[in-house]
Amino acid sequence: MITTTFFERRLLTRDRGAGVLEKFWLIPWSFVILLCAIAAVGYVALYSAGGGAAEPYASKHALRFGFGLVMMLSIAMIDIRIIAKLSWLGYALGVGLLVLVALHGQVGKGAQRWIELGPVQLQPSELMKIMLVLGLAAWFHRASWERVGNPLFLIPPVIAVLVPVGMILKQPNLGTGMITLMVGGAVFWAAGVRWWKFAAILAAAGVAAPIAYEHLHDYQRARITTFLDPESDPLGAGYNIIQSKIALGSGGLWGKGFLQGTQGHLNFLPEKQTDFIFTMLAEEFGLVGALATLLLLALVVAFALMVAVRCRHQFGRLVAVGLGTNFFLYVFVNIAMVTGSIPVGGVPLPLISHGGSAMLTTMLGCGLLMSVYVHRHAEFGATRD
Amino acid sequence: MSKKEEERRRGVFTRRALMLGAGQGGMLGFLGWRLQKLQLEQGERYATLAEENRISARLIAPPRGRVLDRAGRVIAANDLNWRALLVAEQTQDVASTLETLSRIIPLTEQDRARIEREVRRRRRFVPAVVREFLTWEEMARIEVNAPDLPGISVDVGTTRQYPWAEHLAHVVGYVAPPAEADIDGDPLLELPGIRVGRSGVEKFHDKVLRGSAGTVQFEVNAVGRVIRELDRREGARGQDVTISIDAELQKSVRGRIEEGTSVVVMDARNGEVVAMASQPSFDPNLFSSGISSAQWREWTRNRSTPLINKTTNGLYAPGSTFKMIVGLAALEAKAIGPADRVFCPGHYDLGDTRFHCWSRYGHGSVDMRGGLKNSCDVYFYEIAKRTGIDKISAMAKRFGLGVDLEIELPGTRRGFVPTRQWRIDQGKPWNLGDTVVHGIGQGFYQLTPLSLATMAARLATGRAVQPHLTRSVSGKAVRGVVAEDWPMIGIPERDLKLMREGMWAVVNEEGGTGKAGRLAASVGVLAGKTGSVQVRRVSREQRERGFRIETMPREWRPHALFVAFAPYDNPQYAISVVVEHGNSGSGAAAPLAKEIMTDVLNRFRPGATPPAAPGARTAEAAHPPQLAEAPAPPGATRR
Repeated sequence: MITTTFFERRLLTRDRGAGVLEKFWLIPWSFVILLCAIAAVGYVALYSAGGGAAEPYASKHALRFGFGLVMMLSIAMIDIRIIAKLSWLGYALGVGLLVLVALHGQVGKGAQRWIELGPVQLQPSELMKIMLVLGLAAWFHRASWERVGNPLFLIPPVIAVLVPVGMILKQPNLGTGMITLMVGGAVFWAAGVRWWKFAAILAAAGVAAPIAYEHLHDYQRARITTFLDPESDPLGAGYNIIQSKIALGSGGLWGKGFLQGTQGHLNFLPEKQTDFIFTMLAEEFGLVGALATLLLLALVVAFALMVAVRCRHQFGRLVAVGLGTNFFLYVFVNIAMVTGSIPVGGVPLPLISHGGSAMLTTMLGCGLLMSVYVHRHAEFGATRD
Repeated sequence: MSKKEEERRRGVFTRRALMLGAGQGGMLGFLGWRLQKLQLEQGERYATLAEENRISARLIAPPRGRVLDRAGRVIAANDLNWRALLVAEQTQDVASTLETLSRIIPLTEQDRARIEREVRRRRRFVPAVVREFLTWEEMARIEVNAPDLPGISVDVGTTRQYPWAEHLAHVVGYVAPPAEADIDGDPLLELPGIRVGRSGVEKFHDKVLRGSAGTVQFEVNAVGRVIRELDRREGARGQDVTISIDAELQKSVRGRIEEGTSVVVMDARNGEVVAMASQPSFDPNLFSSGISSAQWREWTRNRSTPLINKTTNGLYAPGSTFKMIVGLAALEAKAIGPADRVFCPGHYDLGDTRFHCWSRYGHGSVDMRGGLKNSCDVYFYEIAKRTGIDKISAMAKRFGLGVDLEIELPGTRRGFVPTRQWRIDQGKPWNLGDTVVHGIGQGFYQLTPLSLATMAARLATGRAVQPHLTRSVSGKAVRGVVAEDWPMIGIPERDLKLMREGMWAVVNEEGGTGKAGRLAASVGVLAGKTGSVQVRRVSREQRERGFRIETMPREWRPHALFVAFAPYDNPQYAISVVVEHGNSGSGAAAPLAKEIMTDVLNRFRPGATPPAAPGARTAEAAHPPQLAEAPAPPGATRR
C-alpha cells in the first residue's frame, strides 16, 4: 500500500536515523507548498486590511512566515524520539510561562495574555496547547489498550490537562481555554480512553454548565447572550456579529473584488486584520474565495490525519491527532464565529490572521507534524510494560 | 508491549482517528453550508444592508421661489443667512474656542451651554451652529480672527425676506418651520432649517415655491465620516410666482387707512386684485428669524387682530351696498318695473311693525334709480317683500356674495347669505319682516370686503369675474388674466345698466348719498354705493330722543361701507371700502374710495399702463368697452 522511496528505504534500514540531507528530502514538500499557499492568502487579505498596502500587516506577515518556515523545517528534521524525550520539559515550560503571564503578563482586553520576550510578544496559552499534546502523547505512548482502561492511569494526564486549562480560563480567555480542553480530549480519545468516560464527562458538563455560566465575566456572558440574539443589541455587543454577517453575505458568490470590500474598508468590520480576517476575504472574494480558503485549511487537517494514520508509533500518532485537532479547532471556531454560528471568541485564523504568536505556534505545530511524518517509521526503544 | 497489543492499540487508534476526522470534516462541511447560506441565499439581503451601511443620502434644499408683484417688484425673496459653525474635532478645546469667539461676537451663556451640549451629543466632525444671522461686520471679524478660532467656520444658508414688510403681510403670508400637519411625504420637509408657507400666497403656492429637493449620496465609514461623494442629483429650484398686487399702490393705500379699515381694489375686467389692505398688519420678516412668544401673544391678543386679513376674513353686513342685488332680483322676478314707483313716507308698516327709512322725512315717490341714489330704505323694503328672500339670496350668490371665491388666500371665509330653508332648518320661522330687513342688507348677511368688491366688479362688467392674485407662475400666465376667461353672469344688460346709473347718481348727482366719492373731472367718473351698518339696534326711545351718533361709544357706532367702480363709461377697477365704526358710508368710506380710486386711475392711466401679464393679450384689446355710449344720464334730483 505504501510505496517507499529510496531514502525511506535507507531510513528503514538505518534505524539510528538518516543524515540531514536525506531527511531534507523526506520533508513533505507538498504540505509546505500548501502552507505557503495559505500564508499567501493571508498576505492578500492583510494587504487589503491594510487599506491596500503591505504596511502595517502584510509585510510583517510575510516576514514572520519566512522566519516560521525556517523554524518549521528545522523542527521537521529533529528526530521524533528526541522530541518525545523532551516532551515533559516542554510541558513544564508551557506551564511555567502560564504562571509567568499570570504574574507579569500584559493586560489586553481585560485579560492577561501576553508576555514580552525581548521583541517578541508571546501568548503562552498558544504554546501550551502544543506542549500539552506532546506531554499527553508521551504519557500515552507507553500505554496498552488495557492500561488506558485503568482509571488510575488517567489521573495524571487529566491533571496535566486541567491545570493549564484552568490557568487559561483564569486569564480569562474562554475561547483558548475551551480549545485546549478539546485538544486534550482528542488525544485522550485517540489514545483509547473508553467511550463511557467521555459520555460521563459530557453529562457532568451539561449539569455544570449553568454553574459555570455564573462565574463567567460579563463580557463573556454578553458574547453568549448576543450570540443567541445578536439583533438584541445592534450597537453594542451584537455589532461585531451583525457587521460580520453583513460583510460576508454582501460578498455574494464572486465577492466585491480585491480592495473593494465596503464593510472592511469603511471600518464597519471590527478587528478585520485579526479575528475577522476571514470575513474580509469572503467579502472581497465571495463564496468562491471563502470556500477555496476553507478547502486549503481543511487540507492541513486532512494531512495531519493522514500522518497520524500512517505513523508507526503511538507517540507520533497521538501528536498528529492532537496537532491536527488543534489546527481544526482554530479554523472551525474562527469561521463559525465570523459566520455567527458560535459566540465570538477571539480566536485567530491560523496562517492568515495578523499576529506573531499565533503564527509561530502554528508553524511550530506544523514542524512537529512534519517531524512525525519524516520519522513515521522510527522505532522507539523497548517499551516497559 | 507485545506485537499483538500494539496491533490492537493501532486498530483502536485508526478507527478513532478516522471517526475524529469524519467529525471534523462534517463540521467543516457545516461551515461551507453556512457560508453558502449567508452568501447565496441571504446574499441580496446582506448586500442591501451593506449598502445602507455605506451610503448616506442627504437632501439639498432648493432655493425657494420668489414672489413678485405685477410690476416685477420683489415681494418675497431669499436673503443670505450667515452662520458661524463649530466643528469640534478641529479644535483642541471647545470651551476656549468659544471663549475667544465670545470676545469677537456676543454669545450668551445659554448659547454656550447649547453649543457645548450639541457638541457632546453629536459626533465630533458634525458642525454645530454657533450663531445665525451674523451681520456683515461680525462675519468679517470672524474671518480676520480665523487663526485664533480653530474649528470655527462661516457658512451661508437662506432666510425668507419680505421687503414690503407689513404692507403685504396679509397677501404674501409668511413662512415657518413645518408643523406635523404640513408633512405631506415630501422629504424636503425633513431638512433642518426648512420653511413652509404658513399663510397667504406663501401657503397657497407652497408646492410651486418650494421646488423639489436634490440629493447627494455620500459614502460614509463606520463612524459616519464622509469618505467621498457618490452621486449628486440637483433638485428643482422653487418657481417664481407673480401676483397681481401693485406693491406701490398697496403701500399708498395703506398709508391712507386707519385701524379697522379694509380696502380691496380689483381689476373689474379680469378679477385681478391690485390692492388688498387690512389695518393693522404685522411684519412677516419676524417669522423668518423666529418670533418671540411675547410678540406672538401681543399679536394674537390684540383686539384689532393684526394677524387677520379683514378683507377676506372680516364679516360684515353689507347694508345699503346690497341694494343693487335686491333691485336686480326684483327686476328679474318682475316684482317691480324699472320705472315703477314706491311712496316713501319715512317709514314702512308691516302688520304691527314699523320699519324706518334712514330719512325720517321720507323720500316721497321713488323709482329704482332714485331709490339707489337716495338709498331709500322704504323702496327696498317694498321690493324685497315682493321678491322674497330666496330670490334675493340667489341673486347675491350670482354676484359672488356668500360663495367660495377661490382666491389664493387659504382660510378665506366665504361669508353667508340666508335662505328661508336655512332658517326653518334652525327651527325658526322666516317672517316677512325678516325679508323686509334683508332688503336693505341688514339681518343675517355676513360678507367679506373682498366679496363686496367682487360684487362691484360684476355689476360693472356683467362678467362672473373671480378675485384672484396669481398672474403667472414661473413666467407662464395662468387662467383668468383676460376677461374672456370669465363667463357672463346672464343678467339683462338693461337691468345692469339701471343699477350702474343708480350708482352713478349716488356719487355724481346732486343729492346723492355718495357725493364724497366723486372724482375730479380730470381723473374720471366713479359710480358707487354707500352703506352704513348698525352694529347695535337703535331703540324707539333713542330714535325719538334724537340720538346722536357722535355721543355713542366708538364700538357702538355703525360700520361705514362703500363699493364703487370706475371709470363709469368704461369700468376698469372696482373697489370696496369698509371702515369699522366709521359711522356712515358717505362720511367715512366714500372719501377714502375717492382718494384711492384717483390714485389707481392715475397710476394705471394709459401711458402708465401696468405691465400686462406675460402671454396675455392686452386688457384693452381683450375687453371692448361695454358702456362706451353712456355719459352722465340725466334725471331728477331729489333729496
